[in-house]
Amino acid sequence: MNWFTKTFTSSIGRKIIMSLTGLFLCTFLVVHLIGNFQLFKNDDGVAFNVYSHFMGHNPIIRTIEWGLVLGFGFHIYEALMLTTRNKSARSHKYDQFHAEQNSEWTSRNMGILGSIILIFLLVHLYNFFWRARFGTLDPDINKNDDLYKLVVSSFHQWWYVLLYVAAQASLGYHLWHGFRSGFQTLGLNHRKYMPLIKNFGYAFAVIVSAGFASMPLYFFFFTNEKGALLSDMPAVLHQLTLAFN
Amino acid sequence: MAGSNPNAKPMNLTLRVWRQPNRQTEGRIVDYKVKDISPEMSFLEMLDVLNEDLLHQGQDPVAFDHDCREGICGSCDLFINGRSHGPEKGTTTCQLHMRKFKDGDTITIEPWRANSFPVNKDLSVDRSAFDRIIQAGGYVSVNTGGAPDGNEIPIPKDIADRAFEAATCIGCGACVAACKNASAMLFVSAKVSQLALLPQGQVERATRVENMVAQMDIEGFGACTNIGSCAAECPVGISLENIAILNREFLTAKAASNNLA
Repeated sequence: MNWFTKTFTSSIGRKIIMSLTGLFLCTFLVVHLIGNFQLFKNDDGVAFNVYSHFMGHNPIIRTIEWGLVLGFGFHIYEALMLTTRNKSARSHKYDQFHAEQNSEWTSRNMGILGSIILIFLLVHLYNFFWRARFGTLDPDINKNDDLYKLVVSSFHQWWYVLLYVAAQASLGYHLWHGFRSGFQTLGLNHRKYMPLIKNFGYAFAVIVSAGFASMPLYFFFFTNEKGALLSDMPAVLHQLTLAFN
Repeated sequence: MAGSNPNAKPMNLTLRVWRQPNRQTEGRIVDYKVKDISPEMSFLEMLDVLNEDLLHQGQDPVAFDHDCREGICGSCDLFINGRSHGPEKGTTTCQLHMRKFKDGDTITIEPWRANSFPVNKDLSVDRSAFDRIIQAGGYVSVNTGGAPDGNEIPIPKDIADRAFEAATCIGCGACVAACKNASAMLFVSAKVSQLALLPQGQVERATRVENMVAQMDIEGFGACTNIGSCAAECPVGISLENIAILNREFLTAKAASNNLA
């Protein structure tokens, strides 16, 4: 093996790939979240469909998409490699092991949380990405594929909403540890900046997961089958949702 | 006894102790009762009482590692009730006192568990994997000849303090034992950052971190997932900042050293 492969197959090298891909995926989450906020626009999905058409057809976006595939691929691959290594480092288990007395639950369960997110991701990709890219959707008034309609109908199925909310909770916990951990692995731990990185990471985890979870919940509870706001919702919530529009 | 607490009542305890005759034979947990344990005894003194009882009964005493019994040598290494060195923060097993337990308690005592730390016998483990990591790079070159003046090399106070904090690592292995991944990164990071921070460590700076991390991987320790159990259980309080320094040192060494192998 040359120095390059040696570096990135070492325990620290693999961690570095985990953190770089993880932080890259965080930037994807921000873009995805901001774009998807257009679902809240009470315009029968016109703006959202323009946006999703752009994301599906712009050549630059389509190129970056491959970066995203690689990002997920490496993140998952390195997770498997590291987990295998870590499991084989202690084949004889303790009779009593009380890690809950010295560490956070999220930090010890990144694999489980990541696996839930992966299951969600496969369902999510099949239902929205695959159908939008390779299936045929009805056109909206601008002749764009009406992805909005598919989103609204999906988010009116209780089990689908439940899966989404559970997955976003997992994502939140995953980021709660992962964000700060990514910086630590890159060696970016300094007593001046670490409190900021930590708190930013916590806020990031909450905002991103709550932001994504708000979408299925909004459509399930506050809109009719076509995505229009319900008129009989509590007045306060009605004002709140209108304020967003 | 001077300074003794007249209200301290002797305790009766149930011990669940890992017994294993040798490396090749599988062990098991055996229950023992110990009586009239003074709360002022150290944990190891309590085990001395157990061993004396076992000797009187003609049984094989429990093997456990210990040396200075002052908390500075890093020999003692018991996993007590699911924690490295027991429930008290910032102490080695020898400095853990029985007043931290209650009369009637059941205490589970296991050896450090890591494939890189094979069990010699009962609670005694072989930590020579740490020695081999140190041999791989945990040293500095010193010129022969006349003794240099003590203050010849200026070192800023805060740097000297940080290097000293890292140098307080006693190599007990509590970090490996407490880590879900049996990772040795807190230990390795303490040694790497101690020497990387000081001018005397600059000569081998890049090769040191490359070789020590390579040896750490060869020994089969797990990788760090930044859980923090290690630092929480460390008897001398080595911080996670050292692991960040290790990662930084490793990355810069790999990127910039002339070592192509």
